[in-house]
Amino acid sequence: METRSRVRILIAKPGLDGHDRGAKIVARALRDAGFEVIYTGLHQTPEMIAETAVQEDVDGIGVSILSGAHMTQLPALMKLLEEKGAEDVVVFAGGIIPAEDMAELKRLGVAEVFTPGAATTDIVAWVRENVKPRN
Amino acid sequence: MERWLEKYRREMGDTKRRFSTVSGMEVEPLYADGRGDPSELGYPGEYPFTRGVYTTMYRGRLWTMRQFAGFGTAEDTNRRFKFLLEQGQTGLSTAFDMPVLMGYDADHPRAAGEVGREGVAISSLVDMEALFEGIRLDRVTTSMTVNCTASIILAMYLAVAEKQGVPFDRVGGTVQNDMLKEFIAQKEWICPPEPSVRIVVDTIEFCAKEVPRWHPVSISGYHIREAGSTAVQELAFTLADGIEYVKQSLARGLDVDRFAPRLSFFFNVHNDFLEEVAKLRAARRMWARIMRERFGAKEPKAMMLRTHAQTAGCSLTAQQPLNNVVRVTIQALAAVLGGVQSLHTNSLDETLALPSEQAAMLALRTQQIIAEESGVANVIDPLGGSFAVEALTDRIEREACRYIEEIEAMGGMIRAIERGFPQKEIAEAAYRYQQSLDRGEKVVVGVNKYQVEEEPPIELLKVPVEVEQRQIERVRRVRKERNQVAAREAIARVRRACREGENLMPPLIEAVKAYVTLGELSDVYREEFGEYRDPAWM
Repeated sequence: METRSRVRILIAKPGLDGHDRGAKIVARALRDAGFEVIYTGLHQTPEMIAETAVQEDVDGIGVSILSGAHMTQLPALMKLLEEKGAEDVVVFAGGIIPAEDMAELKRLGVAEVFTPGAATTDIVAWVRENVKPRN
Repeated sequence: MERWLEKYRREMGDTKRRFSTVSGMEVEPLYADGRGDPSELGYPGEYPFTRGVYTTMYRGRLWTMRQFAGFGTAEDTNRRFKFLLEQGQTGLSTAFDMPVLMGYDADHPRAAGEVGREGVAISSLVDMEALFEGIRLDRVTTSMTVNCTASIILAMYLAVAEKQGVPFDRVGGTVQNDMLKEFIAQKEWICPPEPSVRIVVDTIEFCAKEVPRWHPVSISGYHIREAGSTAVQELAFTLADGIEYVKQSLARGLDVDRFAPRLSFFFNVHNDFLEEVAKLRAARRMWARIMRERFGAKEPKAMMLRTHAQTAGCSLTAQQPLNNVVRVTIQALAAVLGGVQSLHTNSLDETLALPSEQAAMLALRTQQIIAEESGVANVIDPLGGSFAVEALTDRIEREACRYIEEIEAMGGMIRAIERGFPQKEIAEAAYRYQQSLDRGEKVVVGVNKYQVEEEPPIELLKVPVEVEQRQIERVRRVRKERNQVAAREAIARVRRACREGENLMPPLIEAVKAYVTLGELSDVYREEFGEYRDPAWM
């Protein structure tokens, strides 16, 4: 099987909120760090994100969410990925996510949650360490 | 000055350190020359209004303390409104939830998880009546932060006024209704820019005739700044948006001296104190010149930039949240010294959750202390004439004018937005700023310097999950129990107005009174004007 050397990341914005400053900064920081980055754009449903992830054959999904709907959107995404046989895609999240929700999200398989103030250098380092080519 | 500069350079030695504003604008160590004659600057209440739009400024009337509030159901927010009014707040300001901001009812699948979470859930007139229950709409002014559905929400507000027996000409307030900045920064939309602006102009036209005390648009830099722009970009893009609304309203045949006095503005106030004061002063002068020289306004009120301001949410930190009180105080002081007409001060806990009642009260108290204890409201434009502030005011004006010329050369803001020009400029500035933080060139106390290990705070406001279910049941009941014939006919009238270019406001008011919902009316917009999708520029 052919293996890809470059890790491919999908940066996704689920839900209705339009706060894309963080998503775009992280997307760009990852791209500048040598990752292949796809950005979904705003107002995506979990179905749209899972679909894109499978079609684009990504290794990781960074989900940015600032609307407080993370406990609806993220579990739905995790379930869809599993249904599509893509449960090995590493999902990480960023946004205004309270500590108690963070624990629950990790239990559901979200690998890491970055909260306000996280440095892009830390996010890049984490992705480098934790997201590997899937095949 | 030369002599002093030499001495300064000698003593500073060979430093690589840059001294720049939060926007990255390098500043001089000392400003020592400037305007000698105060008459060159003009006087408060006189063209070009650099020193303030009113002759008496805060001596005549303090700014309006207007704290943004909204969460959960209409009843929850109604209680918060009454609490804030009891605490001495002088105007209401409504935050709506994401489904309202995108034109979905609570029971739409896309609303799942978002109902009542970032603002109050409103799907029909029933909710709007509950929101203002016990609050007479001729005794308060209400600001409503809503854009692509502003026409529908305004129709609901006017319908509530009518039910209270308050005539339209006694209703005062603001709908944000600034669609251009939605495409640029806040990014809550239904249809593409052209029809979106047409709907905005419908509300401008309707209010000029029927609701003379209403501000039909609040031309907003706030979200542009929050999205990561510099101060100059915020100012330039906001005024360029304003220019576009004026052009479109003139094209509709409206009289500039009649509608322009009701255009209002909304700026961000970030941490960089002198830059923010200068920005607000430059904004007034630029707008006055644009309105008089370019659009031929004759009424002074049509040239005045009256503005609301809000402290910068993006400057607040989740780390050591008590520090936010200090940031908000500095920013609020800059807003007041910059001469704003109304102000929202952010709560210390808002990077963690919606403001708790205690945090909301402290934010209001911050304004009251500035107003009643600090003494700064006694003197009009007290920083006017400061070499530094005047030099920065001139410079910000110059740089913002250059941006506006560039946008005009593209054919105006709608064209610039279609090309992604302001969007890309902002994303670039946001990325540059983040890099300067990550490299430690810019400091955010508690985040990249002076960090401590800390426990997460406990007293956070939580919106119970039952809110969504209650709201879903309520909107379904409204749709089921209304007069179906009347609702269908009302929808058809709105559709006809969309197609035939007749003003949308009268049929919208009739439709909301027939309990047609916000989502249904947004669907008419979607079907008639098409849906806009994020071009996802990176």
